[in-house]
Amino acid sequence: MQARDALNYDYSVAKCFTYATILFGIIGMVIGVVIAYQMAFPELNYLADEYGTFSRLRPLHTSGVIFGFLLSGIFATWYYVGQRVLKVSMAESPFLMIVGRLHFWIYMLTILSAVVALFLGIGTSKEYAELEWPLDIAVVVLWVLWGISIFGLIGIRREKTLYISMWYYIATFLGVAMLYLFNNMEVPTYFVAGMGKWYHSVSMYAGTNDAMVQWWYGHNAVAFIFTVPIIAMIYYFLPKESGQPVFSYKLSLLSFWGLMFVYLWAGGHHLLYSTVPDWVQTMGSIFSVILILPSWGSAINMLLTMKGQWGQLKENPLVKFMVFASTFYMLSTLEGPIQAIKSVNALAHFTDWIPGHVHDGTLGWVGFMTMAALFHMAPRMYKRELYSKKLMESQFWIQTTGIVMYFSSMWIAGITQGMMWRATDQFGNLAYSFIDTVTVLIPYYALRATGGLLYLIGFFMFTYNMYKTMTASKAIESEPQNASPMAA
Amino acid sequence: MFHWLERNPFFFAVGVFLVIAYAGVVTILPDFMESARPVTGTKPYTVLELAGRQVYIKDSCNACHSQLVRPFKSETDRYGMYSLSGEYAYDRPFLWGSKRTGPDLMRVGNYRTTDWHEYHMLEPQSVVPGSIMPAYKHMFKNVADIETAYAEAFTVKTVFNVPYDQADMPKLGTFDEAKKALMDEAALIVADMKSQEVKEAFKRGEIKEIVALIAYLNSLK
Repeated sequence: MQARDALNYDYSVAKCFTYATILFGIIGMVIGVVIAYQMAFPELNYLADEYGTFSRLRPLHTSGVIFGFLLSGIFATWYYVGQRVLKVSMAESPFLMIVGRLHFWIYMLTILSAVVALFLGIGTSKEYAELEWPLDIAVVVLWVLWGISIFGLIGIRREKTLYISMWYYIATFLGVAMLYLFNNMEVPTYFVAGMGKWYHSVSMYAGTNDAMVQWWYGHNAVAFIFTVPIIAMIYYFLPKESGQPVFSYKLSLLSFWGLMFVYLWAGGHHLLYSTVPDWVQTMGSIFSVILILPSWGSAINMLLTMKGQWGQLKENPLVKFMVFASTFYMLSTLEGPIQAIKSVNALAHFTDWIPGHVHDGTLGWVGFMTMAALFHMAPRMYKRELYSKKLMESQFWIQTTGIVMYFSSMWIAGITQGMMWRATDQFGNLAYSFIDTVTVLIPYYALRATGGLLYLIGFFMFTYNMYKTMTASKAIESEPQNASPMAA
Repeated sequence: MFHWLERNPFFFAVGVFLVIAYAGVVTILPDFMESARPVTGTKPYTVLELAGRQVYIKDSCNACHSQLVRPFKSETDRYGMYSLSGEYAYDRPFLWGSKRTGPDLMRVGNYRTTDWHEYHMLEPQSVVPGSIMPAYKHMFKNVADIETAYAEAFTVKTVFNVPYDQADMPKLGTFDEAKKALMDEAALIVADMKSQEVKEAFKRGEIKEIVALIAYLNSLK
C-alpha cells in the first residue's frame, strides 16, 4: 500500500494516445459506415470524385481502424498498464519520457501521412500492409521506439515478476515486428531504374509465394493486433475493475503459450483451394481448429474470474462491456475455425460471411474491450468520476444491437451468395448469373450498414462521455481501488 | 521453468520469438522455390500492361474482385480453367483478393472486350443492369504513369531475373524503345474505343489510365 501511494504514475503519453484512439476511431468508423452504405446505395460512391469510391476508401477503413484506432488504444493502455504492473513510474526516467513522447508524435505523423497516401491511391495492395516503403520505414521506427519503451520500463522495474498482461504486450511487440518486416520486403523501383515515382516499390515475392507470406502476415496481424494485446488488456482491467483475482494461473499459462505456438500456423486457411501446396492448406485448417483451445482458455479464464460475482454485471456497465467482449471473443473464435474447415470454406470464402466474422470479433471483442479499458483509465488519469452511467448503459445496448444486426445480416448474405454461386438448374448449368447474386444481397447490405451506424452512434456516445469525464465531471479525491466511480 | 521465464524478460522474449517463428519457418520456406516456377507459356507483363496493373492497384480493384479460380465445377463453368501456381510467377504483388463483391477476373480477357470495358468503366449499369460497382470516370482523365511502369519492369528484370528481352518473351530494351512499343500496343486499344478525349490525348502522345487498365484486363487469360 505504501509503495503504491509513493508512486506517482505519469499518464501524459497515455492521455495523448487516448485522444488518438478516439480521433482515429471516429475517422475509421465513419469511413466504414460510408462504404457499408455504398454497397446498398451505389450513388454514395460519388461524394468526393475519385477519392470517394468504395475501392479507394476500403483500405482507409481497414488501416484506419486497425492502425489508427486500435493501435493507439493498445499504446494508450500500455502507457497506463505498463507502469502499474511493473510498479515504476515513467517520470523516474527522463529518457523513457522522451521516448514515449517521440513515439506518440512519430506515430501521429505516420498515420496521418498514411491517410493522405491511401486517399491518393498510393499503396501496394497487400491487405493491412498497403503502405509503401517510406511509410513502412516510419512504422519500423515507431515500433522500435515502442520496444525501447517496453524493455526500458522493464529494465527499471520494481516488481520483478512479469504480470500476464506483460507477456501479451511483449508478444505483440515481437509478433508484429517479425510479421511486418517480412511481409513488407520490397524493392524501391526508383533506386534500381532511376526513373518513375520515388515511393513506388515492387514485392520481393511473386505470385503464390507472395500470397503465402501475405496471409501468414494478414492472419497473424489479426492475432497480434486484434487478439494478443486485447487479452493483455482484459487480464489487467477485468480483475482490477471487478476486484476479483484471475481465476487460474495455470490456465493463463496454457492459453498464452498455446496461442503463441498455434496461431501462426493458421494463416493457410485464407488460401484454401488456392494454388499454395495442399499440405499447407490442411495444416492451416487443422491448426485453426486447435486454436479454439487457447482462445477459449483465455475467454473462460476471464469468465470464471467473475464466478460468484455475476451481480456486478447489473451494477457496473464496465464489467458488462468486458464480459460481453469475452463472450464475443468466444463466438468469433468458434466461428473462425468453422470457416477454416475446407468444405465450409468452399462455401464461405469470398463471400460476406468473412467480413461478418471479422466484425463480430472486432466490434464485439476488440471495440468493447478497448472502450472499457479507456473508461476504466479515465477516472484515474483525470481524477474525475465517469460522467454518466446511464449514457454508458444506452451505449452498450445500442452497440450490441448494432453488432447483432451486422453479423446476422452478413451470415445470411454470405451463405446466400455462396449457395447461389454454385446452384445449378436441372441440366447442370449454372442457375444464376453473377449479378443475380449481387442484387439479392442489397437488403442485407442496408441492414449491415445500419448495424454499423448504430455502433458508430454508440462510439459518439462513448466520445461524449469521455469528453465530459475529462472536462466537467465531479473531481475525486483519492484513486478508486476497483469499481470505477460514475455519476448516474 | 515458466516462473523463471517470467522473472527474466530477455529469455522470456527469446522464448516467445522462437515459438511464434516456428510455424512460418516450417510452412513457408520448404515450397518457396517450387511454387515460383512459371507455367510454360506464361509471359511477363508488357510495360503498358504493368501500367494498367498499377492503376488496378491504385484504385484497389482487388477490394472487390478476386483473381483466383478455385478447382470447383461451379467456378470453372463460370470463369474458365482453375488457377495454377505457375501462372502467377510474374505477379508482384499477387492480386488474388479476398472478397468477390464482383466476379473473379483471373481470365476476364477471354470473354470481355475493349469496348465492353470502356462502357463498363464509364457507366457499369449500362452493361450490367443492377451493378453496384462505381463508375471510374477519372481513369479517362488521369494519365497513366509509363515511367514508373518501365521502372518496375526494369527492376524485376534486373533484380529478380524476370525474362524480358529473351527469345519468345516481351521486349523491354531502353526506355525509348519500350515507349515506342508501348505506343504501338496502345494504338490498337485506342482504335477500339469511342471516347474522343482518350483518342485526342493519344494523338498528343498521352496515354490515359483507362487505356493501360484495359490492356491489363485484356491480358488476363
